[in-house]
Amino acid sequence: MTATQAPPAALDHPGVPSASDVAALIAEAPEPRPTLIRTFNAMMAREFRVLRRNAIATFTRAVMQPLLFVFVFAYVFPKIGGGFNLGGGAAAPRAAGSINFATILVPGLMASMLLMQGIMAVTFPLVMEFSWQRTIEDRALAPVPIRVLAIQKIVAGAVQSFIGAVIVFPIVLLVHASGQAPHVHVTNWVLFALILVFASLLTSSLGLLLGTLMDPRKMQMLFAVILLPATMLGCVYYPWSALHHIRWLQIAVLVNPMVYMSEGLRAVLTPSLGHMPMWGVLLALVGGTVVFSYLGTRTFTKRVLN
Amino acid sequence: MTDAAEGGIAIRTEDLRKTYKSSRGDVPAVRGINLSVSSGQFFGLLGPNGAGKSTTIGMLTTLVLPTGGQAWVAGRNVVTDPVGVKRRIGVVTQNNTLDMQLTVAENLEFRSRFFGLSLREASRRATQLLEVFGLADRRKAMSTDLSGGQAKRLLIARALVHRPDVLFLDEPTAGLDPQTRANLWDILRVLHGEGQTILLTTHYMEEAEALCEQVAVVDHGEVLASGTVNELKHSTGAETVITVRYEEAVPVGTTEKTGLAGRPGVSKVETDGDYIRIFTREPEGMLGELVAVGAAAGLTVRDATQLKPSLETVFLTLTGREYRE
Repeated sequence: MTATQAPPAALDHPGVPSASDVAALIAEAPEPRPTLIRTFNAMMAREFRVLRRNAIATFTRAVMQPLLFVFVFAYVFPKIGGGFNLGGGAAAPRAAGSINFATILVPGLMASMLLMQGIMAVTFPLVMEFSWQRTIEDRALAPVPIRVLAIQKIVAGAVQSFIGAVIVFPIVLLVHASGQAPHVHVTNWVLFALILVFASLLTSSLGLLLGTLMDPRKMQMLFAVILLPATMLGCVYYPWSALHHIRWLQIAVLVNPMVYMSEGLRAVLTPSLGHMPMWGVLLALVGGTVVFSYLGTRTFTKRVLN
Repeated sequence: MTDAAEGGIAIRTEDLRKTYKSSRGDVPAVRGINLSVSSGQFFGLLGPNGAGKSTTIGMLTTLVLPTGGQAWVAGRNVVTDPVGVKRRIGVVTQNNTLDMQLTVAENLEFRSRFFGLSLREASRRATQLLEVFGLADRRKAMSTDLSGGQAKRLLIARALVHRPDVLFLDEPTAGLDPQTRANLWDILRVLHGEGQTILLTTHYMEEAEALCEQVAVVDHGEVLASGTVNELKHSTGAETVITVRYEEAVPVGTTEKTGLAGRPGVSKVETDGDYIRIFTREPEGMLGELVAVGAAAGLTVRDATQLKPSLETVFLTLTGREYRE
């Protein structure tokens, strides 16, 4: 079959290639060699490029909330005489002596940061990518199964979540009034790293699930219905054991994955405070990661493939 | 069928179907399309908005799951081997799906790396594509800062990073100004001249007529006719369509009284409400006759159109109604 119109030999419109340009473009095209690993790595490299470009905004977003929290609760309140103390007795049956509030806040704020960063790193970009322009199609056409793209999003989100928690760690350690330093020491570095890794994966897989389920027009609901309750009832500002006086609440908050992140970090950073048993924490974090990853990958694939 | 490309067939579909589920019941978007596109061919899917063109291209590019039938692209089944298909196709989407977080050059570099090219190869390929497509001076600009025409050129360049066997373009010139459209037509002609297989969807008749060797006219999820533009014109009568609208409704029996349907060359006479439409191979003097027919029946002419044989008259003949964009 012949062309209905012969291609012009040369065109003078700006941006219109000549036939010889296109011939060279086709002849000199490198042979594509996609493999699952190479494509996955390229997608991760793309995430890091974007992260680097948005470093200042990401850093500011990560730092502001915990910085203000420790500034108010560990510096301003003790200075004006309103410092919180979680003395032993009923409120913290296993706590040894008086525990200042900064000590309680360190693991809680790290957990809060993991959740915020994990969800923001995955859910918000996803909502944009699934909007009417469907920019998700850019990466959906990469030569890998769609579920690999979903897993890549979880991993990339987890890395950002992990970085967010690491950034917060020195801030919550260093900002406090005189005599209000948190009593923190890492009892087991391997366990500490494990908890951070699984908590990061859990929050980003939850972010994937939310990003594929939520109606973009109702994104503000994410704060009201998910983030705020998860944080306020996530044992960020009090240890789980301190809830034993409100038994129904102590049981009800067990559906909140944030509780296990806060309590896991509490166990390795501030072991003098009462905390959940480590086996329960790890089981919840690993189990939650598996369940949210499975559900998120399924809903993601359904959203991408009409 | 394991390798449709063996016989020089780049795209083949058999009774391809897609039905969307909705709260109001099933919505059939594609109702059993059969296509065969040869390697090196420039093929056009022509139809109005909502005809099922984008759904068809979505199924061929693996982004829409068919609910019936089968399709092969570059010899790979779109359902059982979507990764194999994606390795061999380039896609220019209807919307601007450039990565908004990346620069112009990065859009090309990362697409190259998705296809397994090394960092150095990807950078070299991006430079080459940017120069050829006249975007070299915009390489560091964010993709959000491009004009509509520049963004389309970048989308085409991005689709070519890995030398695809088949290039899909979904409404590539929709919403562009005439100069930019002409510019893109030139690019596509050059690509096709170099042997690139192209499947393009469009709702612009003149675009399909100007670019495509083979055209399938699609409406309501079905192929109404397919062939070369000339074949379509001849198979559907190659007729001139004359339509006269009147201020008043045309009285029943007006056309029968005049004997218009029996005139040489006239294949069909339609009357519906306020117009009379004639499909004829001998249009000479027919417009005047229609005006006279109306006057004899006490009707005042509101407007009149005479369409020479074209894809538009083909569409009118096939569907019996005017083309809706």
